Amino acid sequence: MNIVSIDPRVTRSHIDENTQEGIANPMEHFQTYEVFEQKKRGTHHIHVGSVHAPSAEMAMIFAKEQYSRRGQCVNLWVVKTADVFATEYEDSDIFDTISDKTYREPEAYKVIDRIQAFKERQKAN
Amino acid sequence: MYGNAYVDPENKIVNSITANEDPIKLAEFESRIAAGNKIEPMDWMPAEYKKQLVRMIEQHAHSEIIGALPEGTWITRAPGFRRKLALMAKVQDEIGHGQLLYSAAETLGKSREAMTNDLITGKSKYSNVFNYPAKTWADSAVIAWLIDAGAIVNQLANSKGSYGPYCRALDRICAEESFHLKYGHDNVVFLATGTPVQRAMVQDALNRWWEPIMHFFGPPDKESIHTATLMRWKVKMGSNDDMRNMFLDMYVPKIWDLGLTLPDPNLHKNEETGRWEYTEPNWEVFKQVINGNGPCNKERLAVRRKAEENGRWVRKALAKPTEKYVTPLS
Repeated sequence: MNIVSIDPRVTRSHIDENTQEGIANPMEHFQTYEVFEQKKRGTHHIHVGSVHAPSAEMAMIFAKEQYSRRGQCVNLWVVKTADVFATEYEDSDIFDTISDKTYREPEAYKVIDRIQAFKERQKAN
Repeated sequence: MYGNAYVDPENKIVNSITANEDPIKLAEFESRIAAGNKIEPMDWMPAEYKKQLVRMIEQHAHSEIIGALPEGTWITRAPGFRRKLALMAKVQDEIGHGQLLYSAAETLGKSREAMTNDLITGKSKYSNVFNYPAKTWADSAVIAWLIDAGAIVNQLANSKGSYGPYCRALDRICAEESFHLKYGHDNVVFLATGTPVQRAMVQDALNRWWEPIMHFFGPPDKESIHTATLMRWKVKMGSNDDMRNMFLDMYVPKIWDLGLTLPDPNLHKNEETGRWEYTEPNWEVFKQVINGNGPCNKERLAVRRKAEENGRWVRKALAKPTEKYVTPLS
């Protein structure tokens, strides 16, 4: 028996109420693309989520609908999830700065004391 | 939170949740949450945490998709062009929210196809409230105002949860929902301040939707260790009764303010406890509807099946057999 609904669009579709259609096969909804959005010129692109799409062009259309439907956006990137090479959270200690590398930090360079001492010596002479 | 890694062999429920988990990893996981940090997809997590999150986020996603159907009923007959545009925008938002949530659930390893199939075969649930028909335009106004309000109460709480991808999706969703709430309120106010026929129409819709709205937050939680664990893991962010109370506190005064009534003579705020008191909605009806016997369950799933089937030829034409699926990153 076809569904009779108060939504005329449903009634018009002649849907069998016991339909068994619609089961999706694996990969039927394609691979995913990661979406990066730039809100303003001069700012970084920021990762905002992913979309399913069969191609980069389609991914861009979905990304635009899903992530820039509201608010400001001046530029979008989409990248295949499979092409992103990422670190593991378990390995986050690789980002720790060990003490003997402070020569790479701006705070390691203190010249004011030396300049002061130099100036005082100059005066004394 | 070290103590929780210990499993009391006498305690069957806790045992079943964490028995097979590595106690050191579990302790690390729990202390990360206790410190207010988020869990990300590639982190270690207990099996039960993952299972409950998939279930919850997936149900939420299904609710957004199915929830578009009762409201969509009125797109063809919305009173006036502006309301028609607004309703279409709202329904499009809901579908977009479904997509965001499916993506968040996928980071936990369940594929989009598997979630779709579990929805249309009735294996996974969605919010009960969408199994009721939107009989008049006023119903669509009540849904947009009060069901969205209820959803926002839940979603704001859940956005403070522990799973990063779900929180990020919810932040985006909550921002968009604020338009829905305003739009719904505007529609209800228009009818409530209109002609006697319009007032009667919105009162009638409110009477019919009150029980589904009270059901919306779920039955009172049992005080169980399972619930306590999910709260500690910040999967569940408050009891169903707390959420319901928060909703009543925010919206009942606004409803009464319009001179509308609610079909529960016992509904009032106990000023001493600060809690709302009410007649318990019929939870037997709730159970019946969630198990497939509501007025619209069959129609909702059949429509969803048909949509999936109708899109198949397009997807087939676009498919590239060489592509491989990789779980989305975050």
